[in-house]
Amino acid sequence: MNTETLMGDEAIALGAVHAGLSAAFAYPGTPSTEIMETLQAMAEKGATTADGAKFVAQWCANEKTAYESALGASYAGRRAMVSMKHVGLNVAADPFVNSALIRIHGGLVVVVADDPGMHSSQDEQDSRALAAFARMPCFEPADQQEAYDMTLEAFEFSEKHEVPVLVRITTRLAHSRAVVKVAAKGRAQNPVDKAPQDMSWILMPAVARKRWKALLGKQADFRAYAEERSTLAAASKKLGVVTAGLALQYYRENLEDFVAAEGEAPSHLHIGHYPIPAGKLRELCANVEKVLVIEDGYPVVEEALRGVLPTPIPVLGKMSGELPLDGELNPDLVRAALGLPEREGVPAPGLPPPGRPPQLCVGCPHADSFAALKEALLEYPTHAVNSDIGCYTLGALAPYNAIESCVDMGASIGMARGAAEAGLRPTVAIIGDSTFYHSGMSNLVDAVSHGTNTTVYILDNQTTGMTGAQPTIAPSSRLKDLVIGLGVDPAHVRVLDAHKRSHEASVKAIKEELAHPGPSVVIGVRVCIEAYKKERAK
Amino acid sequence: MKYDIVLCGVGGQGGISVSVVIARAAMAAGLDVKQSEVHGMSQRGGEVLAHLRMSDKPVASPIIPRASADLILAFEPLEALRYVPWLRKGGAIVTATAPLKNMTNYPDPDAVVAELRKIPGAVLVDADALAKEAGNARAANVALVGAAAKYLPLEASALEAAIKDLFARKGDAVVDANLRAFEHGRRANP
Ligand SMILES: Cc1ncc(C[n+]2csc(CCOP(=O)(O)OP(=O)(O)O)c2C)c(N)n1
Ligand code: SF4
Repeated sequence: MNTETLMGDEAIALGAVHAGLSAAFAYPGTPSTEIMETLQAMAEKGATTADGAKFVAQWCANEKTAYESALGASYAGRRAMVSMKHVGLNVAADPFVNSALIRIHGGLVVVVADDPGMHSSQDEQDSRALAAFARMPCFEPADQQEAYDMTLEAFEFSEKHEVPVLVRITTRLAHSRAVVKVAAKGRAQNPVDKAPQDMSWILMPAVARKRWKALLGKQADFRAYAEERSTLAAASKKLGVVTAGLALQYYRENLEDFVAAEGEAPSHLHIGHYPIPAGKLRELCANVEKVLVIEDGYPVVEEALRGVLPTPIPVLGKMSGELPLDGELNPDLVRAALGLPEREGVPAPGLPPPGRPPQLCVGCPHADSFAALKEALLEYPTHAVNSDIGCYTLGALAPYNAIESCVDMGASIGMARGAAEAGLRPTVAIIGDSTFYHSGMSNLVDAVSHGTNTTVYILDNQTTGMTGAQPTIAPSSRLKDLVIGLGVDPAHVRVLDAHKRSHEASVKAIKEELAHPGPSVVIGVRVCIEAYKKERAK
Repeated sequence: MKYDIVLCGVGGQGGISVSVVIARAAMAAGLDVKQSEVHGMSQRGGEVLAHLRMSDKPVASPIIPRASADLILAFEPLEALRYVPWLRKGGAIVTATAPLKNMTNYPDPDAVVAELRKIPGAVLVDADALAKEAGNARAANVALVGAAAKYLPLEASALEAAIKDLFARKGDAVVDANLRAFEHGRRANP
């Protein structure tokens, strides 16, 4: 055993390597990005699994392609991991849900990082609900040590039960550090050994029906395992507390004060494995007068506990208002839910500090692209500027006020196209290069095939800036040819220098393309300041 | 024994990276440590925040509860003000005085400083000047750690060792400048 100080993301990366990882795939997304970054940094320094073999750690075009690559590695008999942020799982939902039906061969671990509180996301969906939807087992670590341990455990479970395992973490766990005991060596990789040719990977209806029955049949085993791995400590009969994942720490933080106030600890059930261990929940509730459920994210456990019929004892939690339904959980919220008084601090300052929103870096190419676009649009009193997710989303704020929508990755082009087809003109889609490769291309193909009158403005800063400047899947030099290859008329593919010095030329080109009655693409090229610095620091 | 520190500043100041110095020194002293930060967006200029907790018993929550921090270490005065609700009674604030006014509604800096001065245990230091004196303008964050050193349940030598560790990669000149900045900080709040 060695000890290391690790972020949750790093603990998962190390756990995977010690579990005999052969291949990891990912698309960046806060707070999951550091899992792949850690694996790549390890690989670069020559790290191997216990058998001295190298492992693959690759960025992919999007979460769906990453997921499918991981599936292929499992098919080849090897241990594979795919990691993403919560909304990435929506993109990968098709392979995710269907992969629960196939007979997983090499262990497949799906790490999904949720973002309660939306520190850097557009929603706070809870991946435990998606695991349940796919009838897939889900493990939820309570700290960095468990993040490491459960990654190893998830690979074992996946191979034993021939099913992918979802490991759910949250921003707080992903991005906080603690001391972790790690194995000195770990396990060797599986040899390449193709999945048995028993049709179990061919989800045509006749087979899929059998595989679905097989998955349903496995649920009892999954649940039994969750029952066995959850821990119930009987104490006070007055109150039962259920914690899930990291919420355990917020409960622990307040336990001493609770015992001091009430004379005894609540009876306590901690859940780190799903499907929900219903037996343990019943056991807890049979012995207490009321139960409080503490979980970060959706009230997944609480909702299950409540069902639709009246409960024999009161259930407290997010749905009854003891805890908020939205936002990130914290020790103060849990303190209040436990009925403890607020701690008394120093008097609040008389001057409430205004918030300090993030801004584009000084000299960011996006600022110059917005300036050119705004000027080009001046002659059109009505127009639509649909945008996307990336640093350029800050174009919504002053002083730019340049964009009008941001929904999900790739939506800019689809929305600008749909709005144009519905009669709104002119429409512009503003999209980053990484987002274009992620899910903009297929929307552009739609625009081409229908000859939609819209202008796509690709902000090519040659990186995935928003998430800390990871490389894009294709080099900037190939972007123009790619766009032409998708069928856009080369006369209406314009490459601009995204810099003040070329402002006039950019305005002119954008105006010309706005006037063009079919699909056109404008590419503003200049490297992101952060990416440039990162490259130079190497 | 437990000791909780809120570190706060503005994205791009590089401030909260010094939490590593304190965390390493604490671990070397055999304490359990948890450190939590909210980061991820590359853009500059927003609030950044780290929580650093150390204890001789296992630390539970990665988030410091309100009204429990023993120290607020702030790299910008408005940010110091923002996290006052986390300070426990009798806790200390060590803050840099230079305002970073990258917003249109930044309050009057003198009013910000006046609010901070009202809080018993607040120490305001010109960290930039201390760093310049020490010969490296970029060492302001380490100077600030120096100014907070006397409150920490750690030996100054342990902090110095952690500074050496952290900057070793960047060469002797950077290590020395940071050690000097640390020393200047200590002298500013003896
Ligand atoms: C489905 C999904 N995956 C990942 C993310 C995280 N994310 C937000 S923006 C972005 C890409 C930004 O890159 P780019 O489009 O090139 O714009 P830039 O930030 O460089 O301006 C990513 C990966 C997300 N929001 N949604
Ligand atoms: S990280 Fe790059 S793309 Fe993002 S704001 Fe900074 S310069 Fe612009």
